[in-house]
Amino acid sequence: MHMADALVSPGVAGVMFACSGIAAGYSIYKVRLEQDQKKIPLMGIMGAFVFAAQMINFTIPGTGSSGHICGGMMLSAVLGPYAGFLTMIGVLLIQGLFFADGGLLALGCNVWNMAFYGCFVGALLIWRPMMRKGATKGRITLASVLGCVLTLQMGAFSVCVETFISGISELPFGAFLAAMQPIHLAIGLVEGLVTAAVLCFLSEARPEVLWGVNHEGEKEGRLSFKNTLIVLAVAAALTGGILALFASAYPDGLEWSMEKVAGTAELEAAGGVYESAAKIQETAAFLPDYALKGSESPIGTSISGIVGALLVVALCVACCFAFRFFRRKELQ
Amino acid sequence: MEQLAKRNQWVCAIHPLVKLFLTVFYIVLAVSFSKYQLAGLLCMLVYPLFVFQLAELSFFGALKRLRIVLPLVCLVGIFNPFFDREIVMWAGPVGISGGVLSMLTLMLKAVFTVLASYLLIATTAMEELCHALSLLHVPKIFIVELMLIYRYLTVLLKEAGRVTDAYRLRAPGQKGIAFKAWGPLLGQLLLRSYDRAEGIYQSMCLRGFKGQFYSARKGGFRRADFVYLLAFTTVLSVLRFLPVAEIVGRLVL
Repeated sequence: MHMADALVSPGVAGVMFACSGIAAGYSIYKVRLEQDQKKIPLMGIMGAFVFAAQMINFTIPGTGSSGHICGGMMLSAVLGPYAGFLTMIGVLLIQGLFFADGGLLALGCNVWNMAFYGCFVGALLIWRPMMRKGATKGRITLASVLGCVLTLQMGAFSVCVETFISGISELPFGAFLAAMQPIHLAIGLVEGLVTAAVLCFLSEARPEVLWGVNHEGEKEGRLSFKNTLIVLAVAAALTGGILALFASAYPDGLEWSMEKVAGTAELEAAGGVYESAAKIQETAAFLPDYALKGSESPIGTSISGIVGALLVVALCVACCFAFRFFRRKELQ
Repeated sequence: MEQLAKRNQWVCAIHPLVKLFLTVFYIVLAVSFSKYQLAGLLCMLVYPLFVFQLAELSFFGALKRLRIVLPLVCLVGIFNPFFDREIVMWAGPVGISGGVLSMLTLMLKAVFTVLASYLLIATTAMEELCHALSLLHVPKIFIVELMLIYRYLTVLLKEAGRVTDAYRLRAPGQKGIAFKAWGPLLGQLLLRSYDRAEGIYQSMCLRGFKGQFYSARKGGFRRADFVYLLAFTTVLSVLRFLPVAEIVGRLVL
């Protein structure tokens, strides 16, 4: 689900950086409040553990294929949502820089899509309320599977929205969504099962390691399991409403291409949302387009432009070779 | 990467904050080109070309990093020629559609941004990068955590490798880890990491750890840092804001 830098516009990246920054600031504040110096090394080692865990391939029963985990939900169940969120930021930054999985500009988007939903929604809204009455195998499995599936669905939806608003792909929003959501449903299910297996093992071997589990005699929290279900139902209804709105505004890929072949202007009729998105894109665009006076093409790219660009690149390559030649000569 | 970044080489010695700023600046400029501005975007290749040369790094060696990014970007961009069929440019008798142009632009953006990130980490060690982040007032908690993740990444990767090797020896010919072993295998690794963190914390306390690491880097910005920053900022701004490609192309054609 890692988004590359090329998939986001600077405007969208900036907004997502701000959103993730606010969540990170709040997390740092909460971790500092705990005044637990031991937590910092633990966050670092658990971050490294996520990398190690991602290296291990798990056989998916009945398919013959294998996959690996992302680890956001598992981290939160051990470290708590705030420390887990900060750890995931570190993991995503290192993945983006050293493994080319993600990127510097898209870091805000990736943090939001993977860490925010996994840690805040998964741990605070699903894991903690379900563990209020203590951890049983059934509850852990339900919380893990539900948490991973729901947070991955939300993440995949955000990826589609961010790419769409960035204006990167010509693929209709509905078609993109239809491709992304089912894949991540399967991934979420597998991740949920792996997370559940690990957390069940932990609850048997070392239950004190798990975060947010109510041990016997502790006072029950404010948000009951029933209330959590209500919150989740409302969230699901809202998400469904938004999805339906987009689905009704945009036909799927096949319909779209059929209409294109038939020559109807159906796409223009669905202009309300598109125009708003275009306006957002226009105002959020970091830099305006350029075009020479009397340029052959109004879009800013012409054959002479491309020839010119290739010449500039060729000149640079020649300079580099010359530079290398003189340096070698100097060394000799 | 660490060995590359710690070479006795002048680009590696440039202040990390300068390199971090230039990388972000370059990425922002590169992705800010609109989807049809292929010519302008092509000119942005100047930065990676020059820095690869200046830093004495292998350009083609870095291209293998694209194997992770390119499939996803291709998947997103490959549909553009099908949906945007309007001819926007003519190369002699051949009409080029907007979709083809936007697909090429998207792929080039992916290549350029990955190369820029590679150049940053191939010339800047992690401690230097963390030093740059601390100069930007990024909270210490995050910097210490980042350094620890990086430090113990290889340790835990080796440990995970040993665990999977041991499993493979006991279950030959099996693809991946079987369902029944998911919990105990990863759970044991997690508990071992948890205990390791406890030991590391105690060792750090014995060495006087008080919530932050101290950088050994001495000195602030040098003249070379300012020149490097100014030169590349100017070149990149000219390439982004002036239609250099168009002007050169018109002179030739």
